[in-house]
Amino acid sequence: MSRFFTQDHEWVDVDGAVGTVGISEYAQSQLGDVVFVEVPEAGKQLTKGDEAAVVESVKAASDVYSPVSGTVIEGNAALTDDSSLVNSDAEAAGWFFKLTLSDPSELDGLMDEAAYATFVEGL
Amino acid sequence: MSDYASIIDQADDYVEPEILPLPLDAWHRAQGARMVEFAGYEMPIQYEGIMAEHAWTRDSAGLFDVSHMGQLVFSGEGVAHALETVLPGDIAGLGEGKMRYSLLLAQDGGILDDLMATRLPDDQPSPFSASDVEPEAYDPLHPSPTAGGSFYVVVNGATKYDDVSYLIEHLPDDVTINILEDQALLAVQGPKAVAAVARIVPGVDGLVFMTAGAFHWNDVPVWISRSGYTGEDGVEISIPADHAVAFADALLTLPEIKPIGLGARDSLRLEAGLPLYGHDLDPEITPVMADLGFALSKRRREAADFPGAERILTEREHGPATKRVGLIVEGRQPAREGAEVIDDTGATIGRLTSGGFAPTLGKPIAMAYVPLALAAPGTRIEIAQRGKVHTATVTAMPFIPHRYVRAGAK
Repeated sequence: MSRFFTQDHEWVDVDGAVGTVGISEYAQSQLGDVVFVEVPEAGKQLTKGDEAAVVESVKAASDVYSPVSGTVIEGNAALTDDSSLVNSDAEAAGWFFKLTLSDPSELDGLMDEAAYATFVEGL
Repeated sequence: MSDYASIIDQADDYVEPEILPLPLDAWHRAQGARMVEFAGYEMPIQYEGIMAEHAWTRDSAGLFDVSHMGQLVFSGEGVAHALETVLPGDIAGLGEGKMRYSLLLAQDGGILDDLMATRLPDDQPSPFSASDVEPEAYDPLHPSPTAGGSFYVVVNGATKYDDVSYLIEHLPDDVTINILEDQALLAVQGPKAVAAVARIVPGVDGLVFMTAGAFHWNDVPVWISRSGYTGEDGVEISIPADHAVAFADALLTLPEIKPIGLGARDSLRLEAGLPLYGHDLDPEITPVMADLGFALSKRRREAADFPGAERILTEREHGPATKRVGLIVEGRQPAREGAEVIDDTGATIGRLTSGGFAPTLGKPIAMAYVPLALAAPGTRIEIAQRGKVHTATVTAMPFIPHRYVRAGAK
């Protein structure tokens, strides 16, 4: 399984044709205390770059964009009950949604972990 | 991921062109603050996190740097009556060391700023450092510079230069305005604030809510009021800027006190139902629309001698077209400044001027201007935000009770 990052601080884990999407540790630290998350429903068609989810911290609301195109399989219901999972475990239990990738070649334009770490360092 | 808005962006409308460091700038960074631009300065938005800082202030005591605010001293012949030409409060009737919340009014009654005015003690040296209030500043034709008294006024940071321009234009030449640019301003707020500060500034616990006096910390003159912007008990302390770092360090040796950023300051004042200038108040809003009728003193209402008096008193008698109310929003998703209040046809009939998640209540709250018919507590209204409709209930403010220590309660 490999993990890719966007410049907008989403990550996607790819396992075969299924991607799991969340926001990075850096993004959650910038957002601060997350109080609400809205995730997409199964069946929703997403094009790379579409607004896929909403995350609200005490201070601001932000969009989460889909890093790849595909069809949503599942939103993370755990975030509805406990949105603070995004703060405590952004890159694992705090995932937002899973989707089936319609165009895996889109991954070529994303950063790997090392490249993303360098990117964040430069911010 | 991208931000729609934040309190940082919202402040941009009122930012001065130059970004300046405040006296505690390096101190905040050393404490781990995340700094943002606010009111023309770099200010700490948060240290450990807004929720934790908010809760700490409600349970213990928080230290806020509010040195961006404008500290002004007005003196000269007839100063109280001069101030009453631009403020609707009873300024002449303020006793020494007593303070009052007031509103700087445009000639049409719109609100240019909100402020705190305190009458300084007569027959005492200035409580501020000598360099700030130079004898030369007084009119030599008036041998007693404080004839008629002098007033210490704290105004918002984002509006302070516009306020001074307006005041120079509208106050008589007999009144001198000193801008205390070399004074820092710190607030310590929370149920344990006053007892903690009293350990290093003896006597400060003798103040009651909305009174102020001159004290010393390590031989440094400080001017302290029992007041604040969180709904909690606490003090606001004006201190010469070159002593601000040492004083902030001394405050942090008190285990009750932690530094708190602007983020929690905003959520605390929102829960306390206190309006924020530039958001909940602006020149289009009158004191009655803002539900700040308490700032119109009885004597001034009867005399109808403040700017916009006819309009404001008519609104007071017959009701304003729209009024500031508190809202509790259903669900978990915050409704924020700029969201629209809609009627059952979807037409816009009001707007949110502040909104966010209330850490103490554990739910989203907001302030909005709504038509008077919808302003009664218990009224259910609908809010449109980014294509979604939220339901909210009009709620009496403050959202959580104030815990001020008033005279007679001690």
